Amino acid sequence: MSEGLSQWDRFVESFLKIEVMIDYAPEIAYGFLITCQIAIAVVICGLALGITLAAIRAYNIAVLNIPIAIFVDAMRALPPLVFILLLYFGLPGVGISLSGFTVTWLTLTLVLAAFSAEIFRAGILATPKGQWEAARSTGLGFGQTLIWVVLPQAVRMTIPPLTNRTIAITKNTALGTVVGVGEILNQATTGQSFSGNASPLVLGALAYLILFVPVVSFGRWVETRFAWQRQ
Amino acid sequence: MTANAVLDIQELRKSFGSTEVLKGIDLEVLERELVFIIGPSGSGKSTLLRCCNRLEEPTSGRIFVGGEDITRRDVNLNHVRRGIGMVFQSFNLYPHMTAQGNITLALRKVLGKSRAESNDIALAKLEQVGLGDRGGAYPSELSGGQQQRVAIARSLALEPRVMLFDEPTSALDPELVGSVLKVMRDMREGGMTMVVVSHELQFAREAADRIVFMDAGEIVESGPPEQIFESSERQRTRDFVSRITRQ
Repeated sequence: MSEGLSQWDRFVESFLKIEVMIDYAPEIAYGFLITCQIAIAVVICGLALGITLAAIRAYNIAVLNIPIAIFVDAMRALPPLVFILLLYFGLPGVGISLSGFTVTWLTLTLVLAAFSAEIFRAGILATPKGQWEAARSTGLGFGQTLIWVVLPQAVRMTIPPLTNRTIAITKNTALGTVVGVGEILNQATTGQSFSGNASPLVLGALAYLILFVPVVSFGRWVETRFAWQRQ
Repeated sequence: MTANAVLDIQELRKSFGSTEVLKGIDLEVLERELVFIIGPSGSGKSTLLRCCNRLEEPTSGRIFVGGEDITRRDVNLNHVRRGIGMVFQSFNLYPHMTAQGNITLALRKVLGKSRAESNDIALAKLEQVGLGDRGGAYPSELSGGQQQRVAIARSLALEPRVMLFDEPTSALDPELVGSVLKVMRDMREGGMTMVVVSHELQFAREAADRIVFMDAGEIVESGPPEQIFESSERQRTRDFVSRITRQ
């Protein structure tokens, strides 16, 4: 009998070949570090910029609100891949050439800033008017009230949508692969083409799980940690 | 203006759109006086109170606090508001801060006091409202009556010249009202100048120096509790008092 390999064996051969995985593990591990770097930089810068934009909008100054609103809507509407390609291939034409890493980081930071600005703004608007009044009646200024009274409540209120959005955008670090960033997906596809085997991709997928499952659980922990009963 | 008027409201008008809710209010509150404002809902009581620290912008008229015109265009509102304590119906404690944190925030950020000094003041004020042991509690861990007393302590900590109470007990379960009224009574005995909008007529009768009856944006009558509750010559006052005491 020479039917050759069974279906299952063939599946294991192309997706879960241990030798290939071991071969490419160092590259994937390197990609993991790069992805981590971009992800952390995106989360920190994106959320910081987002909350800043939301805070500026709270002042309700038209000259500032209009450009922010346009920025936010544009970044929410554009597919991040389009923006990455525009920056990476377009900017050198005007004498600015940014690395793939920088372009990926910048794009995702701006996208996260846009989405989180809207979420933070919703949180600020949802904070009861009485909180503003109580704080202002003790002599706190608008900015002080925003920083010490309203934003802490707005942030806590918006943690569930914020976590979701942050994870969804940070996963887009994989887009860096089209501009040559050596992150997880790039390493995995390179490994796949060299080995002619899908196992490096499976390893890449595992790396994403190892990176993002803790982030998801952290989000859940933050949610319960900062939840408090409404009055 | 009388020499020792802490709060002096002159010809105060306030409109929301085309609706005039305050139609020229004149009211003087003297030092150490407890003035009670009563009247049917929609009569403008709360709006009047809220104009006194400009949470509501008066349409016209002038308000003096300790002789300072707070309706002036160039007045430093944050500075003015330090001297005017405000207690709200819904307490409005900051839910993310402990009782102590609620009290120390303005001490530190507005008055620039150190953390240690602010904590000492907070503790003293909490003791004054009978909550010396609850400084570490979050608002969600306190009853409504306790929350309102923390809110009072928060205002008292800034040593205001006058305290405004906007229906301080309306959101409380009946059995918790007494604890808040007791604190208010203590404050009055301590010489605090107070303006209270409330439906606690029993308390008004015992504690108020003067009752102001408002209806439809006007002060109908003002006088000592006995006059308002027992011997008013105004039909509108008598109607209101009989309606509300029958309940």
